[in-house]
Amino acid sequence: MIKFKINDKEVQARSGWTVLETARQYGIEIPTLCFHESVASSGACRLCMVELREENWSKLVASCIYPVSEGINVYTETERVQNVRRWIFEMLLSECPSSKEVKEMAKKYGVFKTRFPVQNPNESCMLCGLCTRVCEEVVGLSAIATLDRGVHKKVGAPFLRPTEVCVACGCCVTICPTNAMRSRIDSVRSNTKMQLAKAA
Amino acid sequence: MNIEGVKISEILERYPAKPEYLIFLLQDIQKQYGFISSETMEQICDRTGVPLTQAYSVATFYQSFRLEPKGEHEIKVCLGTACHLKGGPRIVNELERRLGVKAGETTSDMKFTFDTVNCLGACAIAPVIVIDEEYHPNMTAQKLEKQIKTLGQDMTEVSEVLGHA
Amino acid sequence: MPKENVAIKSENWRLNSHKDLNDLQKDIIESRDPNRLEVVVCHGTGCIANGSPKVSSAIRESLLGAGINVKLMPGIKTTGCHGFCSRGPLVIVRPHGFFYQRVTPKDAEEIVKKTLMEKQPVERLLYKNPKTGKTILTEKEIPFYSLQERIVLHNIGKVDPTDIKDSIASGGYQALAKALCSMSPEQVVKEVEKSGLRGRGGAGFPTGRKWRSALKAIEKKGYPAYVVVNGDEGDPGAFMDRTIMEGDPHAVLEGLIIGAYAIGAKQGYLYVRAEYPLAIKHLEIAMEQAREYGLLGENILNTGFSFDARINRGAGAFVCGESTALFTSIEGKAGNPRPKYVRSVEEGLWGKPTVLNNVETWANIPLVIEKGADWYSKIGVPKSTGTKVFSLVGKVNNVGLVEVPMGIPLVKIIEDIGGGVIGGENFKAVQTGGPSGGCIPYSLKDTPVDFDSLTKVGSMMGSGGMIVMDKHDCVVDIGRYFLRFLEEESCGKCIPCRLGLIRMRKILDGFSSGTGTKQDIDDLISLSQALQDGALCALGSSAPNPILTTLKYFNNEYLSHIENHKCPAGVCKELITYSINADKCTGCRSCARQCPKQCISGDKKKPHVINTENCIRCGICMETCKFEAVIVS
Repeated sequence: MIKFKINDKEVQARSGWTVLETARQYGIEIPTLCFHESVASSGACRLCMVELREENWSKLVASCIYPVSEGINVYTETERVQNVRRWIFEMLLSECPSSKEVKEMAKKYGVFKTRFPVQNPNESCMLCGLCTRVCEEVVGLSAIATLDRGVHKKVGAPFLRPTEVCVACGCCVTICPTNAMRSRIDSVRSNTKMQLAKAA
Repeated sequence: MNIEGVKISEILERYPAKPEYLIFLLQDIQKQYGFISSETMEQICDRTGVPLTQAYSVATFYQSFRLEPKGEHEIKVCLGTACHLKGGPRIVNELERRLGVKAGETTSDMKFTFDTVNCLGACAIAPVIVIDEEYHPNMTAQKLEKQIKTLGQDMTEVSEVLGHA
Repeated sequence: MPKENVAIKSENWRLNSHKDLNDLQKDIIESRDPNRLEVVVCHGTGCIANGSPKVSSAIRESLLGAGINVKLMPGIKTTGCHGFCSRGPLVIVRPHGFFYQRVTPKDAEEIVKKTLMEKQPVERLLYKNPKTGKTILTEKEIPFYSLQERIVLHNIGKVDPTDIKDSIASGGYQALAKALCSMSPEQVVKEVEKSGLRGRGGAGFPTGRKWRSALKAIEKKGYPAYVVVNGDEGDPGAFMDRTIMEGDPHAVLEGLIIGAYAIGAKQGYLYVRAEYPLAIKHLEIAMEQAREYGLLGENILNTGFSFDARINRGAGAFVCGESTALFTSIEGKAGNPRPKYVRSVEEGLWGKPTVLNNVETWANIPLVIEKGADWYSKIGVPKSTGTKVFSLVGKVNNVGLVEVPMGIPLVKIIEDIGGGVIGGENFKAVQTGGPSGGCIPYSLKDTPVDFDSLTKVGSMMGSGGMIVMDKHDCVVDIGRYFLRFLEEESCGKCIPCRLGLIRMRKILDGFSSGTGTKQDIDDLISLSQALQDGALCALGSSAPNPILTTLKYFNNEYLSHIENHKCPAGVCKELITYSINADKCTGCRSCARQCPKQCISGDKKKPHVINTENCIRCGICMETCKFEAVIVS
């Protein structure tokens, strides 16, 4: 067993565990959006940042992928951690304003509104990539992927056309933390499959 | 398509049939045909064993890949820091005005594709533009006009259509 | 004739020992007449763009037309970048060393007649020291060169990069032979550790320590292990690595093979930006020739050590300069950085132990091995040893590539080597480290240029771009430029980077259009902190640097945008107006002809007027005017 501290409290973890896993074991809350037990962690949403402190240095790490080690001091609610979280929530409120889940979570962490203009009031996807990861890793099909990059990044099928690779299993819809996949699934699933599904 | 098909198979066989050669093949195909069509991308996927979704994801991630045919002439404007400080953005605006398209687009008559590029490392001759692989140093709006004229009749036609004769 | 022997060797002879290499070197040198006239024409990207290929063919034609005896025929050699790019195309005549600048094809005949036949310099093509007005005959005497310490660049401008024999003649592959034939891998690693060499790619991690960690990782995980060259020089305004790959590809290759020997790697990769076609071509030729000579591939120099490498062309993604993104790109995938809390020396390419160093670092390795760590560590300052190559660009007189010992004061590079700012005023700021670096103001001009001192003032060494800014450059504008650049280049995986950069840039857009507030500055600082702490890779976490340093050193300029709605540098379009100074205007109509909005009026030979209502502030009139009559306020 590996012993270390979270918020000055002694905790124990098995080797190979992440800080997030350990924290959840002890009921210490750390917010996440892009994390799911059934797929590999990608460290993309950065909501799970925690501060590591030693005598003369400190740094922020993503707890969903940071492996535990003996004697580290983890803090989940420092000013630096909260600053990152607050900005992420504010940016998400302007980027995917139609997501109830994001709004709820933001509220919980004290962010009620955003200073940034809302681009698309109907958007609820925040590109956490859970849908593409589940399709690749669990379903094994890679019917969808993240396309393009940076601010132009989006989730979709090749050439943004419905694809026959999709078997309409619904895993992406289920795993989506903001319900964004529900409205998008028809742009991914090819018509023949949809008709088949209807016929069945 | 048959003639092209032969050539495509030649390109495909340049590298071992492994996923790691995806980018090599996309580059070689683009060099040969100027762009990557959905059919050729599928052939690359068959060869390398990469799912089409991932190939498409790669092709849209990297800036140099084109999924649509490009124009007869390709004009690239460098927007490295030195070019930025020495008037690169002015060249971009001027080209947008003259060609009637935005950076990254092709004129409707397929004559010109115009794009901006990251630093070409030719900072001493900033601002620099590249027309069909040839570097043109110390570009100014005036010089641009001349360069465009040397591209020949084609350009005047475009200009006339757009009313910028 | 010894010359023929060399030819036979190159075709049929693999080098099988250190002695073979030495013999070949001797043969090549002996076969050459040291007094033979040679015209060296720079074929770096800058000079090529300025027309140097036309110059070399014009000289060739003039030579053929001059009826010189074949035996006495001067040679023409094309080399990599000489560095003095603002004076190109450059031509040097050896053995005299006459240095000709801004040569055009029209000058070819005179060079042939006067210099090659009569051995006299062509006065008008020589460099004139702008400070003293004195004409300078040779390269060595020009301050731009004489104040540099060119050790990494020593071959560039001297050897033909497409001819391995030229490289071998000037000592190429001697370090490799030394390492392979008389040093153990452990000794090689020790020597690199002792040299104090730090990575030239940005963060300045000690190279020896990196190699040592790789060895430890290999001990734990076993082989395979890889060595990789990071030639994805993406920082705008930086072209050191391009010049090295183009001008001395064998040095990079030699360093890489030595590194492979040190850690026992069998396979290497050179990841080179697609924007550098000439570098890729020269590296390909170099690798082919090295294989022919038994310096790359199976059983190198008959020592039993085998190693080969391949080139991966980048496909246009700045983020691939980041180590984990570079690895995913080599693996054939989209260059998304991996979240890493395990270092890439342990889990790099294909998840195996990998040593990744940038081009300039690899090119330093042969020097360290051949001349020894003691010699090397005496150059520079204790914690930053050796030299650093910088690309000096922007508003400086001598634009080009300079190599200086670490620790040299910034002002010396800008003023003495760079010849100061165009127009003679003090520089306003020097931007180092590209989009991850910062702006150093004139008041810190004495800052020693080494890893730690630059970090201390809020900037960083980066890969070595040095962009000189003068009073006509606006810090808000330059901040917007870098943020827009990174916004386009962000992979978009993590939220702080994908959503944060664009929002930071929009705040700056507000400043430059006069709608910013003081609250925005506080927001900017706080958001910057969130990016530094929260972004997944260095692209995002170092992105605030240019903003934070300018906020620190040029706060008044920001306030002027916010409070007075003025852009003191006259750059931000929405805060400036163009007008014409009637005293200076000659009425030549040039600006009126060029104006895309036809909003300049006035009769010929009478002062013109700009109709500010229709003016789109494109600045073309100012660029066009030869009499400095267009003013911006």
